[in-house]
Amino acid sequence: MLVWERSAPFKDAGMDLDVVFLSRIQFALTIMFHYLFPPLTIGMGVVLMYLEGMYLRTREPIYEMAAKFWTTLFAVSFAMGVATGIVMEFQFGTNWAPYSRFVGDVFGSALAAEGIFAFFLESGFLAILVFGWEKVTPRFHFFATCLVAIGSMFSAVWIIVANSWQQTPAGHKIVTMVRNGTPVTRAETADFWAVVFNPSTIERLTHTLIGAFVLGSFFIMSISAWYLLKGRHEDFARRSFSGALIFATIASLAALISGHSNAQMVAKYQPAKLAAMEGHFTTGRGDLTVMGIPHPAERKMTMHLALPGMLSMLAHNDPNAVVIGLDKVPREFWPPVGITFYSFHIMVGLGMYFIALTLLACFLRWRGTLFDKRWLLRIFVVSVIGPFVANEVGWVTAEVGRQPWIVHPNVVRDVSGNIAFDAAGMIQYQLSEGLLTRNAVSESIKGSHVLASIIMFSFIYLLLFWVWLYVLNDKIQKGPQPVKILGDKRKGWLSASAARTLHEDSMSEAKDPFGNGGA
Amino acid sequence: MDLHVIWFILLGVLLGGYAVLDGFDFGVGILHPLAKTDHDRRLFLNSIGPIWDGNEVWLVVFGGALFAAFPDAYATVFSGFYLAFMLLLFALIFRAVSIEFRSKMKSTGWRRAWDFGFFFSSFLASFLFGVAVGNGMMGMPLNRQGIFIGDFIDLLNPYALMAGAVTVAMFAMHGAIYLFLKLPQGEARDRVRGWMWHCWGIFLVLYIIGTMYTLVAIPRATVNFRYYPWAAAVVLLNVLAIANIPRSVHRNRPIEAFASSTVTILCLVGLFGIALFPNLVMASNDPANALTIYNAASSAGTLWRMLIIVIIGLPFVLAYTAAVYWTFRGRVELGEHSY
Repeated sequence: MLVWERSAPFKDAGMDLDVVFLSRIQFALTIMFHYLFPPLTIGMGVVLMYLEGMYLRTREPIYEMAAKFWTTLFAVSFAMGVATGIVMEFQFGTNWAPYSRFVGDVFGSALAAEGIFAFFLESGFLAILVFGWEKVTPRFHFFATCLVAIGSMFSAVWIIVANSWQQTPAGHKIVTMVRNGTPVTRAETADFWAVVFNPSTIERLTHTLIGAFVLGSFFIMSISAWYLLKGRHEDFARRSFSGALIFATIASLAALISGHSNAQMVAKYQPAKLAAMEGHFTTGRGDLTVMGIPHPAERKMTMHLALPGMLSMLAHNDPNAVVIGLDKVPREFWPPVGITFYSFHIMVGLGMYFIALTLLACFLRWRGTLFDKRWLLRIFVVSVIGPFVANEVGWVTAEVGRQPWIVHPNVVRDVSGNIAFDAAGMIQYQLSEGLLTRNAVSESIKGSHVLASIIMFSFIYLLLFWVWLYVLNDKIQKGPQPVKILGDKRKGWLSASAARTLHEDSMSEAKDPFGNGGA
Repeated sequence: MDLHVIWFILLGVLLGGYAVLDGFDFGVGILHPLAKTDHDRRLFLNSIGPIWDGNEVWLVVFGGALFAAFPDAYATVFSGFYLAFMLLLFALIFRAVSIEFRSKMKSTGWRRAWDFGFFFSSFLASFLFGVAVGNGMMGMPLNRQGIFIGDFIDLLNPYALMAGAVTVAMFAMHGAIYLFLKLPQGEARDRVRGWMWHCWGIFLVLYIIGTMYTLVAIPRATVNFRYYPWAAAVVLLNVLAIANIPRSVHRNRPIEAFASSTVTILCLVGLFGIALFPNLVMASNDPANALTIYNAASSAGTLWRMLIIVIIGLPFVLAYTAAVYWTFRGRVELGEHSY
């Protein structure tokens, strides 16, 4: 922990501007805006690989048409992710200088690895994906698609490694040294692989990727459902919808399983976060909250509807197990209960909604009546908002639940590895390895500067968001373009199968993912 | 050679790579308003179309590498230059939006507005990079912990503004030569030929002023020449490269001219490194407070591991970069996927 405390609110030019609060607002704004795009492109990347792979195998023009169409939407979103991602790379230094000094040896390495292994791969081959259709062979284009999709997952791996280390530090040692006569304390990597595979990396990475797959598939279903409602590109839309539906159903169910094992991990390493997520104020048997309103000041829930013993069951596989409540956590180390609780429950609620909706759609698809149910298609058009929200609030739960720490220290354990309590019955933290958010803000920045940059980012992100929606709308209105077949030498091998013009009927006999021949 | 020095050089390579690659992107943006017709502007935009995004990755990786290798310098520089970096981020995002959006609608007013955005953000970003390098040369006031204790307005000193102007002129020249390489034969390319001469002239004047200003105002800049006499070779190479630009333009060898402006940029980044070494951030108030490649570094273990990561990753990075540039070789043509 760093030695000094910043006095807040910070006096600045006659205004009381709290630099810590403003920097947190700025980080939340920039990361949440950025995070609209990465899960979408990670999810869509898998679909693009599938479509181009199928095209190479079957040489059916519809796959090429589909791949080209979804690539344009993918590319616009990817460019947004890159533009907003640059901000993230520098914000640790601009606003969180003490944090950067404290974690640079560990966190910086993961970020640099992301740069070298992932960013060059993604950005370089994205160019071939978008501009290279006529310049490279279909096989090389497929290869580029795979590299972009894999690159975006590499990005996820390294950034989750870095973030997970902040949640459950491992593989490091805290070192104090003297520089220019001043003591400096920081975390240094002791065991690189223990940092990479810290206790929460795998669980959190799995859940994050699954969240991305849910979003990618709902995005495709939403646009396909809109085409079906409008009666445009119907065969294309039916196929896209059906393929995405399988993907969405599997991902939604997997999210439930991986969410469960994440909760067990949080129960073990971050008991205060779990207690805040569930509004669990009193230590004892844990009930699983379905709904309720937490009142942290009075340490109770109102309008509380809960399944008795289910939280104990889920966290410890035993309906009578003791779940640590917020009463065992020193008050100063409570996360903000309201935000953590609501964001978590919104995520879980949405997750259940995805499962119900996709299972219903699968059933109707099997019965062959899905595409006649216009009300359900309308629901699918708007349901794409759900996974965007779920991905965001999931991260809000993880990051706000980590407060007041920016680097969450491990809890003190007894010899058998169980959480130990002090004389007052409270859990204790390994204070030296943690860093409080309020001590992590740059010393040299002023509240007015941060406020100015927040205004600037709000302006430019509104503009960016408008650009993105505008371009998406434009591309969707235009729809998938029939591929040009004649007059291109490189595509000569296609002419045998594709001498006919491409229109709906020519594809209906092709295989569909459910094997029952369309609606 | 010790690890710290290797990392100092690696950061120089990343910064140099970024300056060369995004340098011509910015240059194209700075020259963009001079294009006469909408068709010409689209040619300009599409000359960098497939590659500008990948070029920016060099900056991102430079930031990540600085964070990992020298976290204290990363923290001090980025928090100390707060508003300048926020403006830079603004310029970089705005530039991306302008490029993506410009050709999406036919209206003249619409395209004019985004053309201006593309020009202005390219100009601003180039200028700010120059200002940052100028302030790096001057050093900044630091306390014992290596934390910036000055004011934002200190950053806008005459030397830094001059460095900004040199950078804008240099990138404009680099961009003009790049355009000459990439544009198809025609009226637009003939006009670019004239711009190369003008940009080179302006750059030469500013380069001479900047060199004299540096020699007078920043004695620290030449100290290392005493310890490392080979550094004089960088100066010589720099001068030869600058002189070779008009020669190759005159002989109609654009590739050679482009190589020369690339070498010019790399030499200037190298001279910046020679002026700094072994400091990363010089302290203008008390030299003892400087952040050096030793006191601002991560642990030796981390520097080693990061070096292994670079040794594994770098061949791939160079291979992808080569593959992408090879794919988009040759003159620009406008097609259905163009901006």
